[in-house]
Amino acid sequence: MTSLTPRTRAAITVGRLAADASRRFGRGSGEMIGGKLALRVSAGALGELAAQRPCVCVSATNGKTTTTRLLARALGTLGPVVSNSGGANMAAGVLTALARPPFDAPAALEVDEIWLPKVAREVRPRAVVLLNISRDQLDRSNETRRIAALWRQLGAELPGATAVANCDDPLVAWAAEGWSRQLWVSAGQNWTADGMVCPSCAQLLHRNDFGWWCDCGLARPEPSVLVSGSDELVWFGRHVHAKLDLPGRVNLGNAAMAAAAAKLFGVEVDDALAAMTGLGDVEGRYKEVPLGPGRRGRMLLAKNPAGWVEMMELLGSSPPRPVVVDFNSQTADGRDPSWIWDVPFERLIGREVHVAGERRHDMSVRLAYAQVPHDVHPTAEQAAAGAGAALVDVVANYTAFRDLLVRSAARARGEPGPPTAAFGPAGVADAVATLDETAPADGYRRYDDRTGYASPDKYENHDGYDSRGGYRSEGGYRGDEGYPGRSGGADEAGSRP
Amino acid sequence: MSGLSATRIALIYPELLGTYGDGGNALVLERRLAWRGLPAEIVPVRAGDPVPADCDIYLLGGGEDEPQVLAAEGMRRTGGVTAAVQRGAVVLAVCAGYQVVGESFPGSDGLLHDGLGLLEIETRRSFGPAGEPVPPRAVGDIVVEPGPALGLPPLFGYENHGGRTRPVAGAGGEALGRVRRGVGDGTAAGTDGRVSGRVVGTYLHGPVLAQNPALADLLLTWVHGGLPALAEPPEIELLRAARARALEVA
Repeated sequence: MTSLTPRTRAAITVGRLAADASRRFGRGSGEMIGGKLALRVSAGALGELAAQRPCVCVSATNGKTTTTRLLARALGTLGPVVSNSGGANMAAGVLTALARPPFDAPAALEVDEIWLPKVAREVRPRAVVLLNISRDQLDRSNETRRIAALWRQLGAELPGATAVANCDDPLVAWAAEGWSRQLWVSAGQNWTADGMVCPSCAQLLHRNDFGWWCDCGLARPEPSVLVSGSDELVWFGRHVHAKLDLPGRVNLGNAAMAAAAAKLFGVEVDDALAAMTGLGDVEGRYKEVPLGPGRRGRMLLAKNPAGWVEMMELLGSSPPRPVVVDFNSQTADGRDPSWIWDVPFERLIGREVHVAGERRHDMSVRLAYAQVPHDVHPTAEQAAAGAGAALVDVVANYTAFRDLLVRSAARARGEPGPPTAAFGPAGVADAVATLDETAPADGYRRYDDRTGYASPDKYENHDGYDSRGGYRSEGGYRGDEGYPGRSGGADEAGSRP
Repeated sequence: MSGLSATRIALIYPELLGTYGDGGNALVLERRLAWRGLPAEIVPVRAGDPVPADCDIYLLGGGEDEPQVLAAEGMRRTGGVTAAVQRGAVVLAVCAGYQVVGESFPGSDGLLHDGLGLLEIETRRSFGPAGEPVPPRAVGDIVVEPGPALGLPPLFGYENHGGRTRPVAGAGGEALGRVRRGVGDGTAAGTDGRVSGRVVGTYLHGPVLAQNPALADLLLTWVHGGLPALAEPPEIELLRAARARALEVA
């Protein structure tokens, strides 16, 4: 720490104090709050701290938290690693990770896709892992091509840095093409609807089973690493066995990307994969949590169509448990729920399906048109209570997932807890959250994982949510058996406090 | 139209005009026919393929700027949609699709591009005086009270567009309705959308028919005449009630 300016040293101290206070108030890890305050005290702290250590940034629409965690595990085979693997992935969260000792340890940094250029310009990473870009929160004008263009331009500003990039995603490949060095990984692309038009010339791309290409010359680069089976990689021409505890082919792709980045730091692939094994859940993803008496749920996060398609594949390769779909549309989720019509919910036909969440009626209509029999409940817990098995798969989007995790954690501690109320009364977080967000250069502001734009998301009663209601089915499509009577589906009955 | 031959629903260029779950409108129309025992077929028309002129309903969705220009060029070149409309086919065009079926719209290149001219409307970034800043993007929930001639309940939806749209002088047709919440066309008239003959355009984007089954059935009535009664799936009414509460529409 000796080469830091006094201002940055003071910033770190202030940030730590705030983070400690936040933790004592039970408001999460404190990464965001501490980092925000530290950046206030020293705007140059990010670059100063990063200059002490080798850094790698991980960015994507989907999979960045998991991949960062896998990368941190792989780098951990060499010694201590710092990481913001708590999901606080903007400048403040990155700063908090960088402010942790030892100050010469490598840093594995998850960075929000819009924030990546601003953060990476300061941090000057040795490598950047670019996983995928797909439609997400379109109400924020996060056009996919615009994100790819930001990433491409970043490459020109980081001479010598390597893009560890997924060659199966045309937007990512075009972005990474602009960097001085690339390490191409075939991590797969389940969702292709955002990769139909050439990012370079806007003409339609050609596709076949082996790749994609455009008449303008842009084409899928040849990968050095590829996912070649459910538990196998091809690693620079050599077959490597890869058995993770994280489920699904999508996570094998994430592991391949992380292992490729770790190789740049001198980690052997076998050591990297061995270190990744044993990681079974990430920030609640894939974790089994209590959902009430006699009911448990495996938590699956699906924030957008690409994420849902990945979860469909994962559900298809798992035992056929009942599925609870928990769906909100708060600011952090994207206010516009239109995207659920892009998800092939028809694939749930034949499963026992229950719907919950603030926008449960939107999801219910989507499933009705997909001809997926289901019933509807205010909360995931109530949905699980009505399920025909003790263990269910819960697929939730961002705030639904976050709030359910908080409630289940309270349940695991033996607290009855209200069905909602993820956040307590005003504390340090609210005081600090009134500080201005450090906006990226392009003027984008994005929801912050810990504190939101200005204050924690309040639970919004969009759909007549009944916080006091007991178990109550609201009807639901019954498939070929026809529809239940209206009396069973009266949303108004008993739902108003 | 005979009940024996399947109603053909063309989904135009889903790769270019499919940003917001727009394919949902095709599914809604297809299911609402099938639930009534009427055969229906969704015909996806890939960008680059000729647009068939023999479909009954044409659906144009939303898209980003460059794909929107490509879509307009493709439809103008192959002429299928225009020929079908002259024959009496139904068109539902939302968001970018709404702009494309008009006479002209701005591209990200700063140029004006020709639309299909199926609706006598024009779209610009702004209709304000030159030099004034363009209005911000219209993003959010939108509620439209349809014109009385249509006999429809309030339309619920979501909008996300930069352009502003108005009828050209002497335009035929009517506004789709009056904006009760949101921006819509974004002009002093306070309206959204356009209905001319059997062509409907609106800024209610994506799967607008999912929340508005009466609009879906209106389009189907234009194809079929009277429709058999449908035992409405109760989810749809629950959704409309929930949206009415959330959007404070009595």
